[in-house]
Amino acid sequence: MPLAQTASDGLKIVIVGGFGVGKTTMVRAVSEIRPLSTEETMTQAGLGIDETGKVAGKTTTTVAFDFGRISLNEQMVLYLFGAPGQERFWFLWDRLFSGTLGAVVLVDTRRLSDSWYAIDRLEHHKTPFIVARNNFPGSATHSLDAVRSALSLPDRVPLIDCDARDRGSAKQVLISLVGHLYSLSTAREAVPS
Amino acid sequence: MVRRELDNEGPDRLYTVTRGRSRADEDLDIVTLIVAKAEPAPGMQSEHARILRLCQAPAAVVEISAGLGMPVGVVKILLSDLLRAGKITARHPSSARASSHLPDAAILKKVLVGLNNL
Repeated sequence: MPLAQTASDGLKIVIVGGFGVGKTTMVRAVSEIRPLSTEETMTQAGLGIDETGKVAGKTTTTVAFDFGRISLNEQMVLYLFGAPGQERFWFLWDRLFSGTLGAVVLVDTRRLSDSWYAIDRLEHHKTPFIVARNNFPGSATHSLDAVRSALSLPDRVPLIDCDARDRGSAKQVLISLVGHLYSLSTAREAVPS
Repeated sequence: MVRRELDNEGPDRLYTVTRGRSRADEDLDIVTLIVAKAEPAPGMQSEHARILRLCQAPAAVVEISAGLGMPVGVVKILLSDLLRAGKITARHPSSARASSHLPDAAILKKVLVGLNNL
């Protein structure tokens, strides 16, 4: 499905989470196109000396990521990226996802520890985010308060429930994120300089 | 992570496509929208011709990358060739110009309206 000829402003939201947490499922639920996949190769200067005793040269890492798209109006097009949250992929964040509106951290209560690193990095980067718990059928039901506490998530960060397979639910997650960004933005504009 | 046709693209092949360059000279975001200004012409590098076919309607850099089955960095180099040759135009994202981490409330309001209308 091609974009309208008037489309002029691409926007980004990143969905971060561990392997198998439902990032692509969520992208698929709200995207107007079947999710696409592409790759980026990143060359990093080697650090120090590797285990074989040779001086490490440059290393090239290839990372695949999925994305979908939502036309918001005649000009604005929102791209949703599913980003792997593991530590070794975080150099991607700076290179690919700078200028993102904000992020959704998708968590699975069975593997909360997968999200710690992502949350830490987002706070460090000062990228605004919300946390959405994907409710898998049969997953143990913890209260959101218990999840907040387990993630050491500050009160100012919204935490919501969702079903990543459901279009309405995935849409609500995006609305929650953008609503959060909006309140942060209006609060900032209200501060006299 | 899904392994796909990209894995068949050896580094040598990609090196040839970009004629040895590893960096684009144009500043393109992954969501910069690209629009063709010209039709593919005989004698054009085949990747350039494929790009022109992919962006008859606006298409983001990542969509062109997915369509060509080539990494984003390689596609940016090919796009900067086409930009210099005046074969495409680039519509840059407004967020890339924002100096702070948060976009304007006015933009976010429009995003909210758009999402609510889904």
